[in-house]
Amino acid sequence: MDSYCDGLKCRECGREYGLEPIFACEFCFGPLEVNYRYEDIREAMSVAGVEAGPNSLWRYSPLLPCSPKYKIDLGAGFTPLIKADRLAKVLGLSNLWLKNDTVNPTWSFKDRVVSIAIARAREFGFDAIACASTGNLANSVAAHAAAAQMDAYVFIPSDLEQGKIVGSAIYAPNLVKVNGSYDDVNRLCTELSMKKHWAFVNINVRPYYSEGSKTLGYEICEQLGWRAPSHIIAPMASGSMYTKIWKSLQELHKIGLIEEPNTRMSGAQALGCSPISTAYKNNTFTFVPQKPNTIAKSLAIGNPADGYYALKQMEETNGHAESATDEEIIEAINLLAETEGIFAETAGGVTIACLKKLVQSGAIHSSEEVVAVISGGGLKTVEAVSEVANNAMLVEANATAFEKETAQRSSQNVR
Amino acid sequence: MASIKIPTPLRSLTNDEDTIVANASNLKELIAEMENSHPGIAERLLDENDELRRFVNVFINGEDVRFLDGLDSPVRDDDEVSIVPAVAGG
Repeated sequence: MDSYCDGLKCRECGREYGLEPIFACEFCFGPLEVNYRYEDIREAMSVAGVEAGPNSLWRYSPLLPCSPKYKIDLGAGFTPLIKADRLAKVLGLSNLWLKNDTVNPTWSFKDRVVSIAIARAREFGFDAIACASTGNLANSVAAHAAAAQMDAYVFIPSDLEQGKIVGSAIYAPNLVKVNGSYDDVNRLCTELSMKKHWAFVNINVRPYYSEGSKTLGYEICEQLGWRAPSHIIAPMASGSMYTKIWKSLQELHKIGLIEEPNTRMSGAQALGCSPISTAYKNNTFTFVPQKPNTIAKSLAIGNPADGYYALKQMEETNGHAESATDEEIIEAINLLAETEGIFAETAGGVTIACLKKLVQSGAIHSSEEVVAVISGGGLKTVEAVSEVANNAMLVEANATAFEKETAQRSSQNVR
Repeated sequence: MASIKIPTPLRSLTNDEDTIVANASNLKELIAEMENSHPGIAERLLDENDELRRFVNVFINGEDVRFLDGLDSPVRDDDEVSIVPAVAGG
């Protein structure tokens, strides 16, 4: 089976292109979107067909812009949707679900987009794959390239967390640490993409790559029994995942698998890098780039490629943007872990912290059914919360020592 | 003379040159100079209100001009100006 797409179209000026490794309209530099044959997809897909498919994102392959025969399947996607009653109670919600994307092959949602990018890159005949990354993407590109036996060139800011650096290096890519922010890395890679014959997943393969995030939305609807929730909150860096989730709900409706979605889409950013939520609060669609300063390094994109469309979507869906301080992010990581047993990286803390603030301000009503996207696992960013370990008991290996220490702590009210 | 790095989509206007040079005191003048030597380039960079298009990033010596003075940002001899599509990354 081949893919159900037949071209690219500029989202700004409407110019059309073939299925090529290009990312921006040659005329106005606008972003390119994949054109699908939805009538054919409607015939090819059914609830029963999807449910009989593989337990990975490939169960939705007609809605993906690549041929599955080129896939490198590490098992990305079809992650759990968990009812989070304990966290809901603390936040003041009656109906909260967590989309737990910490359990992907390299522990973040980036395995979804890379699954598509690498299949497309192979279909295009590239033998090297590359990316500009804040860390999670680097991990996923390196892992998938190893499995595909492709050369990988992975560019990251030099100040990333150790877990993310080692989590890329282990797969033996060409790992390049760049002195500068993610936005500097991205500019470097955009320039390199015009010189090197490499598939830069988030540059010249970006129209295909970014479609992988749609699978988050497909899964949420399927796992809710083929319906869209009333509210989804997702973290925003470039704004790509946030916009693709909304697209996915509209697509499921277009092919007849769900009712028309009325989902409100809200986005979460770290205050130290909040170009989108700042523009939202200033009531403008023109964001001002920022120089990031936050512990949420995976969201530290100061010049977000999809910032404009994220802001448009917020207005269209009656959603909100919020931002969280480093302190609030850490508190939220702890809260999520202590109530639901899910250890999220800093981006997950951002999402939960912002959800909390939106409920407190009344922007999200307590009766709404909310799905929060937890996009990556906490072992990648242990630095952010390492203080929790300071208070661990240290005892000699005998029961008396343990009982003595426990009694002492109890008398001092120490956990 | 400032040197200007030209992205692939604009090289059809520069005889496939990836770098061109021009003399100007600020970015607005620089784009006017580029239009003189390579007609057609200005409409690709500027919208109908003569502002930089939404998905065009311009850097002067690596600094986004939106952190400087936008089209009024000064351009000096030996500066390196990069024109880079904005829809990348993330």
